[in-house]
Order: sequence, then C-alpha cells, then structure tokens
Amino acid sequence: MTDAHPSGDKRFKLLDASMKRYQFQPDALIEVLHKAQDLFGHLDHDLLLYIARNLKLPPSRVYGVATFYHLFSFTPKGEHTCLLCLGTACYVKGAAKLQATLEKQWDLKLGDTRSDGKMSLLGARCVGACGLAPVAVLDGKVSGNLNPEALLQLVKGWDGDGTR
Amino acid sequence: MELAELKELADKEKAEQKPIRIRCCTAAGCLSSNSQAVQQALTDAVTTAGLADRVEVLPVGCMRLCCEGPLVQVDPDGAMYGKVDPGQAASIVGTLQGGQTEARVIDTNMPFFRDQVSIVLENSGRINPERIEDYLSVGGYQALLHVLREMTPNQVVETMTRSGLRGRGGAGYPTGVKWGLIAKQPATQKFVICNADEGDPGAFMDRSVLESDPHRVLEGMAIAAYAIGASQGFVYVRGEYPLAIHRLEIALRQARKMGVLGTQIFESPFNFRIDIRIGAGAFVCGEETALIGSIEGKRGTPRPRPPYPTESGLWQAPTLINNVETLANVAPIITRGAEWYASIGTAKSKGTKVFALAGKVRNTGLVEVPMGITLRKIVEEMGGGSPGGSIKAVQTGGPSGGCIPASALDTPVDYESLTALGSIMGSGGMIVMDDATKMVDVAKFFMEFCMDESCGKCVPCRAGTVQMYRLLARIVEGEATAADVAQLEALCDLVRNTSLCGLGQSAPNPVLSTLRYFREEYNALLQPAPPAPPPSNQRIPLPVARG
Repeated sequence: MTDAHPSGDKRFKLLDASMKRYQFQPDALIEVLHKAQDLFGHLDHDLLLYIARNLKLPPSRVYGVATFYHLFSFTPKGEHTCLLCLGTACYVKGAAKLQATLEKQWDLKLGDTRSDGKMSLLGARCVGACGLAPVAVLDGKVSGNLNPEALLQLVKGWDGDGTR
Repeated sequence: MELAELKELADKEKAEQKPIRIRCCTAAGCLSSNSQAVQQALTDAVTTAGLADRVEVLPVGCMRLCCEGPLVQVDPDGAMYGKVDPGQAASIVGTLQGGQTEARVIDTNMPFFRDQVSIVLENSGRINPERIEDYLSVGGYQALLHVLREMTPNQVVETMTRSGLRGRGGAGYPTGVKWGLIAKQPATQKFVICNADEGDPGAFMDRSVLESDPHRVLEGMAIAAYAIGASQGFVYVRGEYPLAIHRLEIALRQARKMGVLGTQIFESPFNFRIDIRIGAGAFVCGEETALIGSIEGKRGTPRPRPPYPTESGLWQAPTLINNVETLANVAPIITRGAEWYASIGTAKSKGTKVFALAGKVRNTGLVEVPMGITLRKIVEEMGGGSPGGSIKAVQTGGPSGGCIPASALDTPVDYESLTALGSIMGSGGMIVMDDATKMVDVAKFFMEFCMDESCGKCVPCRAGTVQMYRLLARIVEGEATAADVAQLEALCDLVRNTSLCGLGQSAPNPVLSTLRYFREEYNALLQPAPPAPPPSNQRIPLPVARG
C-alpha cells in the first residue's frame, strides 16, 4: 500500500502506479526516479523522500543514487532547454565555440538556468549523432551541422526578441 | 512452432511485399534531419501517382552515410538519394515512371559502401525495425529455433568458441570462453545482460544496431541464455537514446506476443524473459561491475574483481555481460557456421567490426569492415579523407583509447595492433582529426571527461584525474615547465597501475599516446625551465630523529 501524497497532486498517482508496476522493489529505484523526473521535471527533496518511503529505502540511499547519475536534475529547468553535445566528434568540429556563443548571449554558464527561468543551457557527453557534428538538442529536437550563427538563429525568440 | 512454420511466415511476408520498395532511413541521425516528413511525402506521392498497388514506402534503420541524411533508397534498382527534402519526394517517385529528379544522387559504388562487409548491419537499412514480421522475412529467429531443436548448450558454446568471436565492447575477451565459464557454473539462477551503455563519446554503433535491428540483439541474447542456462536477461541501455529504448520496447512486446521470448519458447522447455533497464548518464556504468550495481538500483560504482561476474554478478548469480555488437553476431554464426565466421578477419581477430566514423572526414557514418583492414583504407578511401587538408591523427577507443598518428595509418585494425600503438580497439568510435586540431587540447578534453566521470570510489582515479587535468590546463595555458610534463607522466603511470577499474586504468591513455606521438606540441607550449637557485650555505639542516 502506498501512502497517498497529502498534496493531492495527480502526478503522484501516476508515480504510484509506476512503483506498483515494479512491486515497490528497491531494485527499481532508478526506473522510478526516471518516471518521477518525467512527471515533475526535476527531483526535489519532498519527492525523493516520498519515493524513499514507498520503496522502503533509507533517504540517504535514494539521495545517493539520484545524485550519482547525471541525468537527474534537482532544480527546475527553464521554459526552453538547449542541450549541447560535447562529445569528441562535436568537440573536433567546434562545439566549444557554440558553447561560448550561447554563454555570452544568455549570460549563463553551461549547466545553469537563467534567473528569469526562460532557458537552460545543458551539456551532454554524446547524443550519438556524431555524423551530424556539431549537434545541439533544442527543446528535444536534434539540430546538426551547426555554427554559432545558425545556432543563434535557431534559438532566436526564446528570449522574446532574441536579445537580452 | 516448427522451422517449416517459421519459414512459411517468412515466405508469406515476402510474398506480400510489393515489387518496388522505397526505403527511407528513420534512425536517429536522419530523423533529426526531418526524415519522417520525407517518408510521409513519399507515401503521399506514391498514392498521388497511383502506384500504391506496386510501390511501398517503408521506414528502415540506419543506411550508414549519416552525413548525407535523410537517405532514401529505391529497390530493386538500388538508386540512393541523399539530403532529401520532402519537396523532392514527388520527383523521386516520378523516376519510377521514367521521370527525372533533382534529388542528390549518392553513388552506391563508392568505396564507402563497396568495401563494407555486412554481418552485424546486414539488415540495417533494409527492414522496418518496428515490425517483427520484417525480421522474420530475412530469416529472423531461425537461428534460435535451430539451437533449441538441434543443439545442446555445450554445442552452442563450442560453436561460439570455434568462431573466434571476441567481445566487441572493447576488451576483446573471447566470447565462447566467457559463455563456457558461465555454463559450467552449477548455480540455478543465471543472468544475461546486454551492455548497451554506449558511453564513449563519438561512438554510435550500438545505438544504430538497436534502432535498426533490435530483434537481432534479442535473438542473440536468447541463444546466449540457452547456452549458459539463464532464464532472465536485461538490456542496459543509455538514457540518452530514447529512440533505441522505444524500438527495443516495441521489439520485446512483439517477440513475447509471437512466442519467441517468454515461457516455453517454440514449445521447448526453455524460458527466457528480457527486461529493459535505462541508464541515467554515468559513463562508468559501462564497466561491468558498475553496470550490475546500476541494474540493482544502486550507485554505479565498480567493485574489485575477482570474483568476476561470470561467477558472482547480478544479485551474486553468475552473469554473462556482452556488448550489443557481440550479441548481434551470434545469430549469423549459428546460421552460417563457425568456420564461415572464422574465415573472415585475421589470425587472432575474427569477423567484422563496426566503426562510427566521425570528425574531420568527408563521409561520416557507420562502416562495417573485416578485421585486418588498414586504418588508411577506412579513413582515406572509405571516409574520403579530410575535407580541410591532411589527416593528422585518428582517435579510437574514446576516453580510454589513444590518438594514432597519420604515420601509423597503415596499421591493420585488430585488437593487438591497436594496443601496440598505445590505443585500443574500443567499442568502435573513430574520430578523424586534421591539422586544425591541437593534440594537447584533445588530451585535456578527454582528461576533463574522465575527471567528471570518475565515480570517486578509488583515490588514484578520483584525485589523479583532477591533478592530471590541472597539469594539462597549465600546459595549454602556457604556464607549465618541463618539470610539469615529467610530473604528468609520473601521474599517468601511477593512475594507470593503481586504479580500481578500467576507467582509471585507461584514463591516462589519451595523454600517453599524444605524448608519444605529438610531444613537440607539448614542448612548444612550455616555459623555459627557471634558472637553478643559487647554491646557498645558509641552509638550516633539518633535525633528524634518531632511534
């Protein structure tokens, strides 16, 4: 039996269903964390505690696992996300220039979300689209063969008018 | 189900195929270049042209030449088009009625295609990966049926050993030997794990295989499970590969429905269930003991071996861990025989290897080549050389590998030769670098990667990678002296010999190989050594404890 979350948020129901499918096995922790992040966008402390209680795991174990893996995030993401591929092929083809361009344009560092919550700039080890290097994933859509100008053109509008 | 029935299903599927088939690549690379719209436009164009009774458009997996995506190929004459725009669909369909098309024609006789030997990728780009019927039509699951009906587990292991297949994940351990070790274990519970945690940046072979021909991998896992006596398998796949996960899920569902996975497969006593486990972005989870930890829902930290997973792996049961490409080789070896497979390749490295060609090279994409082919042939002939000038180095093996200089390009590709050059075969990423690439920067790039990805369990890797990164950063900034390089080399030696797992042990490889072949680039960045301090006779002697 799960203890329903007091907030009454419907997303917890979906999370409960997912945990039930894994019969609340502690082994399923990573799958459950994936599901939770899908539903909520990020993992906050309350959510991690909720998972710990339901899988009957110490909170330290849940927190330890969640923080070990790069794909889990603990802060809300921006409205838009730009995921830059920083793999070797993209690196050789100038991914660093793309990174520098966006960091300057948006005035934030790789891995951060801008304070107004408009956009997040993230890095990936390799998205596996090396034939199209350098690659960025803009709001889930892969764009390849980029240069700084082309990239700026693609994210124009994320800011409202394309400038800060 | 008997072989005859399976063949009947295959024949029925073939008979239903229309004489002209337009294949459109829908692997991740081409999808991101809008191939879905191309496929839709082609389907519409076929209907508009009134050809729907004899022409079909089918979504297929990777057609290899990723840089020219979206790719479209028309059967049976084999004309291939690249960078296809949805607007060109009508004219491509028009060529079937004698028309002309402005679509970019790809020469399928160029070395990139001509010199490939397809075993792992033989169905890739030919069948619809989301339909099990398509896989059956090319003889799918017949190897599994043959194994269950005609062979004992020992015979399967023996066949794999004779084939000479070695692990394609990078280390090159003989597959048959590994299977034999686990088959001998008396335990009742055993596991098969397919390692699809393709973490090396620059490698995308496993992603392509899973997206293009997922059933081939599942069939390989089932045969392995029968040989070692396992009833449960896991595919551990990277979270960064949503399409591969999606297609695996479809394939698993269809395989269960068809009865080729699950309980009493082909009405035999053999049961085998496969579950998917999704990674969460940790490079170290490619290491087998870390991967096991991750499947158990824990932090992916490696543990000392022995005991090896072959004795004590997942939940302490004997566990077989094979890479995607290794498992994709299993079914053809069973069907065509160990001798056929062993006839391809070199004395110690048999069969083919899939490489992901990327970087500063004209033709990027996947190449499957027989072992023993030279690097020069791959990058210069098949890859078409570097567009911007001459090739300076080829990087293989990702962060665990090394940079092979242009002067060594005539080396044959096999496990031993690449190791002798200070690199490794690795999982198959092959990144071409030209004169614009600075090798010290490359070494720093990989060290940053290893530093970030070190799990933190053992000190040499956790602290050593940070120190090596700092030294490399100093060198790149032009602040270092020869003493720093000496210290870097000493640290490389230490980290390589004392780290717990492969990540740390191989982290110095990119530094060592660039030092070996491109030392002058390091030297050019160094400060002159500071003048020796003047001798002083005012030193205070340190007190020495005497006992």
